[in-house]
Amino acid sequence: MESFTPVSALLGGLLIGASAATMLLVSGRIAGVSGILGGLVRPARGETRWRIAFLAGLLSGGVLARLVYPQAFADSVHRHAPALIVAGLLVGFGTGLGNGCTSGHGVCGVARLSKRSIVATLAFMATGVLATYVCNHVLGGRL
Amino acid sequence: MSRAWVSFGAGLVFACGLAIAGMTQPGKVLGFLDVTGSWDPSLALVMVGAIGVYLPVYRVAMRRGAPLLEPEFALPRRKHIDGPLLAGAGLFGIGWGIAGFCPGPALASSAAGMPAAIVFALAMVAGMILHRLAGAPGQDP
Repeated sequence: MESFTPVSALLGGLLIGASAATMLLVSGRIAGVSGILGGLVRPARGETRWRIAFLAGLLSGGVLARLVYPQAFADSVHRHAPALIVAGLLVGFGTGLGNGCTSGHGVCGVARLSKRSIVATLAFMATGVLATYVCNHVLGGRL
Repeated sequence: MSRAWVSFGAGLVFACGLAIAGMTQPGKVLGFLDVTGSWDPSLALVMVGAIGVYLPVYRVAMRRGAPLLEPEFALPRRKHIDGPLLAGAGLFGIGWGIAGFCPGPALASSAAGMPAAIVFALAMVAGMILHRLAGAPGQDP
C-alpha cells in the first residue's frame, strides 16, 4: 500500500495554496477547479478568458509534471471504464449542484471560514470515505 | 492581458502542486479515504499546507478591500446551508471515493496522458453539462 509522505504532501499543498492565494489577491477570484470549469458550461460576459487561461495552465502543468516527474501519475487503482464514467458523472453533477469541490470548498472556502464550505467539505469527505469503504472492503476493489 | 497570464501561471503552479502532493495518484487519494484499511494520512497535510498559505492571504486581501487587477472581489455570497449543497457535496464525494479523482487532478492527469483520468474527466464534463441542462441551482462565482 501507499506510504506516508508528509513532506511532499505539505510542499504540494503550499504550492496549491500559493496558486489559489494569487488568484484571490490579484484577480479576486476563487481558484476552485470545478467552479472554473463549470463556469464555461454556463458562460458569463468577461468571465471566460481567465477561466480558459487557468485551465490551460492546469493542463500545461500536467504535461510539465509528466515530463519531469512521471511517477506523479502512477495508477495503481485499475477501475474499469464503467466505474470511471459513473464516478465522473457524479463528480461533475455533484460539484455543479454543490457549488464546489476539494479546491473551491476544501481549500479556499475552509480557509475563508465559510460555513457552507466547511459543511460541504465534511459531507464530501464522509461520502468519499463511505464510497471507498464499499469499493475496497465490500466489493473487494473489483469495479 | 496580464490578468490572463496570472491565471495561466496560477493554473500551472496548481497542477505542479497537485502532482508533488500525490493528488494525481488515485491510489494515494483512496489510501487517504480508506480509513478502515491501511490509512495514509498524507493528503490531510495537503489541505494543511494550502490553507496555511490561503488563510493569511485572504485576511490581507480583505483588508485591502479590492484585488490588484480587478475592481472588486467575486466571492460566493450565499451563507445558508441548503439541500443542494449537501446533496451535491455528497454525490461529489461518492464519485471521488470510487475513482480517486477530484476535478483538478482529473484535468492535470488527463493532460499527462493518464487513460483513466481522460475517461473520468470526459464523464465529469458531461456531468456538469447534465447539471446545467437539468436547470438545477446555479453556480456562484
